[in-house]
Amino acid sequence: MKLTHDSIERNIGLLIVLTVLVVSVGGLLEIVPLFFQKSTTTPVDGLKPYDAVRLTGRDVYIREGCYLCHSQMVRPFRAETERYGHYSVAGEFVYDHPFQWGSKRTGPDLARVGGRYSDEWHRAHLINPRDVVPESNMPSFSWLAKTPADAASAPDKMRALRKVGVPYTDEQIAGAAKEVEGKTELDALVAYLQGLGVELKGVK
Amino acid sequence: MSDFVNEFWNWYVILIVLVSVVACGVFLWFQSIHHSSSEQTTDTTGHVWDETLQEYNNPLPRWWMWLFYLTVFFALAYVSLYPALGRFPGIWGWTSTGAHKMEVEKAEAQLKPLFDKYLKLDLASVAADKEAMEMGGRLFQTYCIQCHGATGQGSRDKGFPNLTDKDWQWGGAPEQIVETISNGRTGMMPPYGGNPDAVGGEAGAKELANYVRSLSGLKHDADLATKGETRFKAVCFACHGMDGKGQQALGAPNLTDKTWLYGSSEAKIIETITAGRTNQMPAWKEFLGEGKVHLLAAYVFNLSSGGEKR
Repeated sequence: MKLTHDSIERNIGLLIVLTVLVVSVGGLLEIVPLFFQKSTTTPVDGLKPYDAVRLTGRDVYIREGCYLCHSQMVRPFRAETERYGHYSVAGEFVYDHPFQWGSKRTGPDLARVGGRYSDEWHRAHLINPRDVVPESNMPSFSWLAKTPADAASAPDKMRALRKVGVPYTDEQIAGAAKEVEGKTELDALVAYLQGLGVELKGVK
Repeated sequence: MSDFVNEFWNWYVILIVLVSVVACGVFLWFQSIHHSSSEQTTDTTGHVWDETLQEYNNPLPRWWMWLFYLTVFFALAYVSLYPALGRFPGIWGWTSTGAHKMEVEKAEAQLKPLFDKYLKLDLASVAADKEAMEMGGRLFQTYCIQCHGATGQGSRDKGFPNLTDKDWQWGGAPEQIVETISNGRTGMMPPYGGNPDAVGGEAGAKELANYVRSLSGLKHDADLATKGETRFKAVCFACHGMDGKGQQALGAPNLTDKTWLYGSSEAKIIETITAGRTNQMPAWKEFLGEGKVHLLAAYVFNLSSGGEKR
């Protein structure tokens, strides 16, 4: 069969195959090789999987939609590295499923917020941002302080993450519920935030 | 940075890129020769719908075609100059991290002499320099206002100190300010001063609250305050001193002035005593470097002594 406009258009199966082939070139080229690169699949020195409390906090972060206003990606521009610290590298996110890079900054980037402020500051700020930053337009998340963190599902979450390659040990999973028990969602979220980006904190 | 796990992926990328770019060019060329012979006649795709419906198969307008050729040429130039073909770094050797490094080095070359100039001066002289204070102010707006507020006024009752007054929890001498910014401070008041029995539980905390309010000249119940004084001199004096004037070496606040980090109401003071307070100033030396810390310290020094000058 001669591959002409006419024959392709008349043969719906061939049209589908050729169309899929054309539209997949971008993905095959730009996405697939990333899974076979050392810099994108090797964790940076010191990176550990989220412990049970931080993992619970991450889920609060996702549930409350923090990623809609806060990115977690310091780009390699001086204006950003002066303010936030070392630019983000792929190896920092290998245990993030899904990653929280975000795409919009209504608030500041949070990729290196770990240790930047005190725990007390985060508590005051999450309960009512205007108590510490009068100009802030961030909503208040006061209910987090009164809501107990979801301890029961922590082991399941860790098991699920282990299936996609996060190296949790059996002991970590067994102790997960106990670690989270008695903590509020605020505690968990603050623990999550305080651990963000600390691996490259002191690196210039 | 293309550090593929094996050689396959290197060639995988190179081949797909080149084949797709070249294929676009060949396809364009194919389209143009196909029609050059039949330019005068009206060609159709040969496909007839609904008995008579046919589709013209005219060649692309020439200018459009050349634009397409131009994009193919652009793509080839781009993938040879920039890193696109697998491990090949591109003729120009551009990397995003390299671009960042150049940007930083350029700024450093410009700013380092400036920071060095001020590093040689003591804080009081830097604080008197107008340009230095403008720089310090901008640094303060970037790194400090989240806790200390845009004007350095601190946060009301949340434990983040006002930097514009004369009251210093850890000391307001130039070297103390530099130390605070460089290495941070952790202030910790244990619940019940670490000794719930001697404080006497909630009731004792109420007596103590009335006593410390009396130290600060606030409204208080005299009876409770007298009882509180005994408790104060049994437990709290260890950090806050017998006279309640605090100790800067420990960051124990002076209780006799009007400054209250966590609020001066009886309820707030009881909360402070029973639950304790912990707060932290993070260490900035590593992140900011000596030059910026020096300017910031001078700026803060100036914020506090500004009243005297004016």
